[in-house]
Amino acid sequence: MRRPSLAVWKLTSCDGCQLTLLDCEDELLDIADAVEIRHFPEATRRDLPGPFDVSLVEGSISTPAEAERIRRIREESGVLVAIGACATAGGYQALRNGADLEAFQRIVYPRPEAIRSLDRVSPVAAHVEVDYELHGCPIDRRALLGLLSALLNGRRPDLPAGSVCAECKQRGVNCLLVLGRAPCLGPVTRAGCGALCPAYDRGCYGCAGPAESARPEAIVPVLRRRGHGDAAIRRLLRGCTTAAPGRDSEGADDDA
Amino acid sequence: MTAARGAVRAGPRDAMAPLEYTVVHRRTETRDTATLTLAPAAGARTDPARPGQFTMLSVAGVGEIPVSISGAERLDGRIVQTVRDVGAVSGALCRMPVGGAVGVRGPYGRGWDLRSALGGDLLVMAGGIGLAPLRPLVLTALSLRVRFGRIVVLVGARTAADLLYPLQVAAWARRRDLEVESTVDRATPGWARPVGLVTEPLARTRLDPERTTAFLCGPEAMMKASAAALLERGLAPARIQVSLERNMQCGIGWCGHCQLGPYLLCCQGPVHRWDAVADLLDIEEL
Amino acid sequence: MRTHRPAPAVIDRNGLDQLVKLLIADGRTVIGPVERDGAIVLDEIESGAELPDGVGAETGPGRYRLHRRADRAVFNHAAGPQSWKRFVHPVRQRVDAPEEPRPLAFIGVRPCDLAALSVLDGVFGAAPHPDRRYQARRDRAFVVAVDCVEPGATCFCASAGTGPAATGGYDLVLTERVEGGHRFLVSAGTVEGEEVLERLTRRNATREEAAEADRALRGAAESMERSLPATDLRALLARSRRSERWQEIADRCLACANCTMVCPTCFCTTVEDVTDLRGGRAERWRRWDSCFDPDFSYTAGGTVRTSVASRYRQWMSHKLGTWHDQFGTSGCVGCGRCIAWCPAGIDITAEAAALAREEEPR
Repeated sequence: MRRPSLAVWKLTSCDGCQLTLLDCEDELLDIADAVEIRHFPEATRRDLPGPFDVSLVEGSISTPAEAERIRRIREESGVLVAIGACATAGGYQALRNGADLEAFQRIVYPRPEAIRSLDRVSPVAAHVEVDYELHGCPIDRRALLGLLSALLNGRRPDLPAGSVCAECKQRGVNCLLVLGRAPCLGPVTRAGCGALCPAYDRGCYGCAGPAESARPEAIVPVLRRRGHGDAAIRRLLRGCTTAAPGRDSEGADDDA
Repeated sequence: MTAARGAVRAGPRDAMAPLEYTVVHRRTETRDTATLTLAPAAGARTDPARPGQFTMLSVAGVGEIPVSISGAERLDGRIVQTVRDVGAVSGALCRMPVGGAVGVRGPYGRGWDLRSALGGDLLVMAGGIGLAPLRPLVLTALSLRVRFGRIVVLVGARTAADLLYPLQVAAWARRRDLEVESTVDRATPGWARPVGLVTEPLARTRLDPERTTAFLCGPEAMMKASAAALLERGLAPARIQVSLERNMQCGIGWCGHCQLGPYLLCCQGPVHRWDAVADLLDIEEL
Repeated sequence: MRTHRPAPAVIDRNGLDQLVKLLIADGRTVIGPVERDGAIVLDEIESGAELPDGVGAETGPGRYRLHRRADRAVFNHAAGPQSWKRFVHPVRQRVDAPEEPRPLAFIGVRPCDLAALSVLDGVFGAAPHPDRRYQARRDRAFVVAVDCVEPGATCFCASAGTGPAATGGYDLVLTERVEGGHRFLVSAGTVEGEEVLERLTRRNATREEAAEADRALRGAAESMERSLPATDLRALLARSRRSERWQEIADRCLACANCTMVCPTCFCTTVEDVTDLRGGRAERWRRWDSCFDPDFSYTAGGTVRTSVASRYRQWMSHKLGTWHDQFGTSGCVGCGRCIAWCPAGIDITAEAAALAREEEPR
C-alpha cells in the first residue's frame, strides 16, 4: 500500500509548531514509516513536489506572497490542517491589526519601503478551506499524534471543542480562579493542551483561542470580581489569538 | 460494600464489548447508502431484534455508531443494517467489503409498537434513510397480513436516485394488499410520480382515523409536519409513533448523550408515541 | 436529628491512623482527603498522617479558601473540587480490555457523597445493562463515612434530604468531635464494618457523648444557609423549559463545564477509538464528557443544543428534574460543589428559587 504523503509548511510563524513534530522523539520513526514526508524544511532538505495527502500549515497570512502561497498549498493538498495559534487565529503578529502598521515598520526596519505586508494578519481559514485545526501556541504533541493517527486510520480526529476547565478537573488541577491564585482564561479557552499552564500554577493565557461557542467577553466580569483591572484583563485577552474567527480583532492600542 | 473478590473481565458479559461479526453481503443502495448483511464471526450472536430496534456498529480503530436494523427478524443470527455515509464510522461501514470485520452490540431500544395496531390499518411514512427502521415493520406486518386492515406505505426521498430499496418498494407497489406511494423533493428525468413532501401523497390517501396507526421515521421536520397533518386528519396523538434520533455513545443508558427531556432515547426510545414527545419536540434545543 | 445507630464506639486520632493502616494491610488502596495546592482533594494515602489535621475550607459562590483551624479537626472542609466519582467511574477507562482493580477503601465520605454514590449505583447498576466494571469497583470499596458536623457555606444537603447525618450506605461511620478532646464516635453499618471496628483500639461512647453528637448534627442541619426551594422540583423544571431565566443565566455562564466535572453524580461519557499511527493496535476508551461540550448533542442532522442557555437548561433540568424520570431520584445531593467551583459563581439553589419565583402570582 502506498504511504500517504505529508508536507509541512511555514508561513509567518516562529517554527515552534513544526518543532513539535520533531519533538515526537519516540514516535518520529513511526511517523516517518507511516507517511512519506515530501516537504518539511525544518527537518529535511529533500523537497519533493505535490500533490500531498496531508499538509500541515504553520503560520499566519501576513504578506501578499503568503496569500498566494496558501492557495497553491490548498490546491496541492488532500487534507489541509492549520496548526498553531498563528495559522488558526493570527498569532501575536495579529496584534498589529488595528494598530499603525507603518509606524511599526518605521521602528523595526531600516528600509520599511522594502516590506510588503498585507494590511491585516489573518488565519489560514480566512483564505482557503481548512479541513482541521490544531490550536495552541505551540500545538500539543499528543494532539498532533492523535490527529495524524486519526487521519491515517480514517477516523474523525478527536479534536476538543470544550474548555480547558474540563481538562483541569479531569487531571485534578485545582481551579486557580476559584482559589484566587491567578487570573485564568481557562473557562473560555479551547481544551487540548491538557491544562498545561494551570498544572504549573499559571493562569491559562488563552493560546488555543476561544472554546467553540464560548464568549471570551464572559470572562471579563469573572476577572473583575476577583480584583483584576480592566487594563490587565484587556492585555490578557489580547494574546496570540486576536484574529480568531468570531473575535473582535483588537489591536495593540493603548498598552502598546 | 461487600468485599467481593475476583478479577473483573471484559468479554461478552461486558456491555460495551462488541461481538465480532463479518460482512457477508453488501448492497449499494444509493450514492451514499449501503445495506450490509452481518453474520456472527465467532459463536456468540446478539439476541433477535424487534422492528425499530438498533445496534451499535463499530469498526475497530474508527469508532462506533447507532444503526437501525433494516431487515426482517432472522433465525440464523444474521443482521441486516442500512448505513448512510455521513461521517467517519458510517463511511467506513458503507465501504466495508464482504469479509470485513464489524463489531456489533445490541439490539437496543424500544421498537415499534405493532401490537397496538393489530386489527387496524397501518400507515407507514418514511423520509430518506427513515425507511430503514420501518422496513422490518412492513415485513413483519406482511408476514401477519391477515391481522391488519389496509397497509399504506408512503415513501419520500430527495430525488429518485435517493429512494431506498427501489426494487422492493416497487414489488410492494405491485401487491394488491399494499398501497404504496413514492414522492421526491426534486424530479429528475424519468420521474413520472409525485413531487413534493411525503405529506402530499398523504393528503390524497383515504384514512379512517379511528382504525389507523401511523409509523413515522425521517428527519425531525418531516415527522413534525407529518404528525401535524395526521392530527388534522383526526388521528389521535397516541396513534402516531415516531422514531427519534439523538447523539448516542453507548446505547445502554450510560453515556447521557441521547436525552430528550425525561427520556434516554437509547432505552426509553427511539420509538415514542406522539403524545409523549410532541411537547418536547416543540421546545427549541431541548 | 437522631441517627438511630447502635451504641457507638470511640476512637482517638491515633485510631484513625490505625484504621488506615489496617485497611491497607487488608490489601486495599485507601483514598482519603489530603491538602494539595490550596484545596482538599481526594487521593491515595499510605498513612493516616497524610489526612489534613486542622485544615478548614471557606466556600462561597466561585470561591474556595483553605485556612488553619484553631482545632485539629480532620474532616471539616466541605465542597472540595473532587468527588468519589473519579474512583468508581474513572476519568478515562478502556472498554475493550480486562481490568483487575485493587479493592478500594474510601475514608471520609460525607453524607451528600454517600447519596451521590447511591445515585451513581442507580445509573450504572440498572438492569438490563449494568456496568460491571463500575459495580466491581463499587462493590469492593470499603466506605468510611463521616457525619457533617460543620457544613460549608455552599452546602444544602439538608434540603436535598441527604445529610448532614449519614443514614446508610457505609461500612463505618465517624462523627468527629473536637470539644472535650479530639475523638471520633464510630458505628458500623455492615458486617465488614463491624469486623474492622472490632480490630480498632476503642472504648464505648458514653450516653452523653452520643447525645451530644446528635445535638451537633441537629445544629448542623439548622445552620445550613442554602436550600433548594421546597417544591416539586421535577414539575417546576418541566414547567420552566420556556423560561426566560435560561438566557439570563447564559449571560453569566461560561459554558466551561466545571459544574459537571465537580458534580459527584454527573456521569456522562463519550467513547473514542485510538490507534497507533499504523493502525495495528486499536483501543476503545470511555471518558468523561459534559453536556456543556459543544459536540455533546452532535448528530449528522445538526447539533441539538447550540446555545449556552439550552445547555445550562439541560444540565439543571436533568439534575433536579428529569433525573427523577430516568432513575427515580434527584440527581442533586446538595454538596454545593457546583456553586463553589463555578468561576462565575452561578448558584443552583438561587436559580431554582428564581424559577420558582417566576411562577408566583404577582
